[in-house]
Amino acid sequence: MASLSGAQDSKVILQEQQEITEERLNEILPSYQGKEEELIPILQQIQQVFGYLPESAMKKIAKFLKLPESTVFGVGTFYAQFKLIPTGRNIIRVCRGTACHVRGSAQILAEIEKQLGISANETTTDLEYSLETIACFGSCALAPVMVINNKVHGRMTATKAGEILNKGAQ
Amino acid sequence: MSFEEIKGPAALQWKAMQQSENIRILIGMGTCGRAAGAEDILGVLNQELAQQNIQADILPVGCIGLCYAEPLIEVIKPGMPSVFYGNLTPEIIPEIIRDYFINGNPRSELALGIRGEGILDSIPNLFDLPVLKPQVRISLRNCGNIDPESIDHYIANGGYEGLAKALRMEPQEVIDEIKKSGLRGRGGAGFPTGVKWQFCHDAPGNIKYVICNADEGDPGAFMDRALLEGDPHAVIEGILIGAYAIGATEGYIYIRAEYPLAIQRLRIAIRQLEEYGLIGDDIMGSGFEFHIKIKEGAGAFVCGEETALMASIEGKRGMPRSRPPFPAQSGLWGKPTTINNVETWSNVSAIFPKGAEWYASYGTEKSKGTKNFSLAGKIVRTGLIEVPMGISLREIVYDIGGGIPEGKRLKAVQTGGPSGGFIPESLIDLPVDYESLAQAGSIMGSGGMVVIDDDTCMVDITKFFLNFTQAESCGKCIPCRWGTKQMLDILEDITNGKGRSGDIELLQELAESVKDGSLCGLGQTAPNPVLTSIRYFRDEYKAHIEEKRCPALVCNALISYYIDPEKCQGCMICLRSCPAGAIKGGKRVVHVIDQDKCTNCGTCLNICPPRFAAVVKTSGEMPAIPAEPVPVGFVSETHGGQQ
Repeated sequence: MASLSGAQDSKVILQEQQEITEERLNEILPSYQGKEEELIPILQQIQQVFGYLPESAMKKIAKFLKLPESTVFGVGTFYAQFKLIPTGRNIIRVCRGTACHVRGSAQILAEIEKQLGISANETTTDLEYSLETIACFGSCALAPVMVINNKVHGRMTATKAGEILNKGAQ
Repeated sequence: MSFEEIKGPAALQWKAMQQSENIRILIGMGTCGRAAGAEDILGVLNQELAQQNIQADILPVGCIGLCYAEPLIEVIKPGMPSVFYGNLTPEIIPEIIRDYFINGNPRSELALGIRGEGILDSIPNLFDLPVLKPQVRISLRNCGNIDPESIDHYIANGGYEGLAKALRMEPQEVIDEIKKSGLRGRGGAGFPTGVKWQFCHDAPGNIKYVICNADEGDPGAFMDRALLEGDPHAVIEGILIGAYAIGATEGYIYIRAEYPLAIQRLRIAIRQLEEYGLIGDDIMGSGFEFHIKIKEGAGAFVCGEETALMASIEGKRGMPRSRPPFPAQSGLWGKPTTINNVETWSNVSAIFPKGAEWYASYGTEKSKGTKNFSLAGKIVRTGLIEVPMGISLREIVYDIGGGIPEGKRLKAVQTGGPSGGFIPESLIDLPVDYESLAQAGSIMGSGGMVVIDDDTCMVDITKFFLNFTQAESCGKCIPCRWGTKQMLDILEDITNGKGRSGDIELLQELAESVKDGSLCGLGQTAPNPVLTSIRYFRDEYKAHIEEKRCPALVCNALISYYIDPEKCQGCMICLRSCPAGAIKGGKRVVHVIDQDKCTNCGTCLNICPPRFAAVVKTSGEMPAIPAEPVPVGFVSETHGGQQ
């Protein structure tokens, strides 16, 4: 498996997604008042719906909030939560916090990278998996920790992480 | 609805639960509990109880702090002390149900401890165990005891009495009470809370804001998460009291998106408060009006800094600005704003019903009350603790934490996250208060404590922190943006064996410049890990730079593996599994690692059967061993079997 860039199938998916963006935005935006303070919550909702921030959506949000596009883009790129490229259907997040670090989270990350054939912060070409690293989940007492689609797995080892991944993939 | 009308039914409900004939099971369902498998335990519990036809009430509760023992349940049989069972597996649940629930044998070998009146076999009282005995639970008073999704539970345990009392006082009297309690900000800097409120109270203007900073971003810290998951009302009650004192009618809770369960519990709590009229236009008939909103962070560590946090609430990039003006004068949307951390707010709500003197009776002269810490890293009993200020690090690490696992030696305790520093083993008797920790070069910080043993390389972990602060630097001011990058580059060089003499001094000089020159707390404190690791572990830096050796055997570029020719039995296991094809040898022939091909992945070390334990990880000079494979036993014969 290669990473996202240059992959043919992901381009097709991207195009399909762009077509539905417009429609969904028209449903989402009217629930907001159009104040600047709503920018981050709107971007969060967009990301939740699409898995990333499509460029066309950011342009439309700028118009809606009467903000320069650069401001919307600036906020979208400032915060780590926001992605500008599509993410996988399954998101695997490996905690790289201090407690996890001293308890060997680097080996867990390496194992998952090996299994998925991608590096941290990449997505598999079939858009099935995204692999992210997170600064800290606050589950330090059960370090090292990884999170698959919001389910937290504690007291991981490289072997256990590999097994969980295998189970999920079947 | 008056408060009395709310309190009555809540108390009755609580009493009915206490007096129920059913067995009650409290199960820790915080994030830690879930991560350890509490959901599976809950599933098996429900299934077994149904199968055995046992009437029982199951109550999901927050974290009691014994994270090392998760998943954890507390079983309360009517008329008996309750029994805690920890480290549960789905297999053990049917046994506990059969033996204790049905046959009355509490299985003392499985129990952690008991709580309440009476004795049960030889099971010790949980709160007499070393892990809990030194603790004083003020901020965490309800965590693990009540259903965090029930406002009635909170109220039945004295909740919102503090608010009721505060609302009968003048705002200035409320501020004076907080001043008298000696409470200082629990977010890290330790600014006196009452003084902060006074500034905001005195600032001109009709519109003022209160903010709860729940952007707990320090890696290695989870106190605020556990508190919000376990007792959200304790925090919100504090916010209400603060809002009344300074004259704010609107408030925000800024919480990081990485804490979905805490966000969910806060939303539930706010909805309940609105239903009871404890948030609204006329709270408890006092005329006090207050509304609160939750703002989810979007993953930026710098937003824990108050001015950046406010920019983020306003919908902007979370970049800090210079102070003054301080938020108390000009904060959110330019209005006077009081911003306190989660734990500070929960202390406020504890102070009011019992009074400032009671609170100030805990702690030291300058650091009053208690402090929450999250204990993690290389420690036996990881968890969330609350201890009186002034307790020694030794008591925390050895009594509460149970010391270092696997017989390893304590090397340092890291406090305050990326803004803090390392406190070496030699300072283990240091009292934990704001001043002592600052003197040692670290900070109290929000309360993350990561214990480090001999297996951790101090240069590597310093690099880890710099990596973090460098990535999280917002880039607005140059000392932080470039200073952290330069420090990181030097640390990279040192750990890669490219350290040069003078690097230590250069790092120190850079660290001082970044500290003095940065705009906000992120940059001003980012050098602390560098400065403290050099201060206490200079030898380790020197070993990396001068001898190209990593004493902890961590830095990949400085370690190598070899196969002990006297121990290798020529079994071919490592040879076959080496991903780099770097191992030469054959059946009954001592294997040799080709150092030029070896990638230091460590596979051979992990896979060599423990009865041989022939693979050795080393750093620095390699011992003299044959360069080519020789038959097994050959080396022992020629060397007379020397070890």
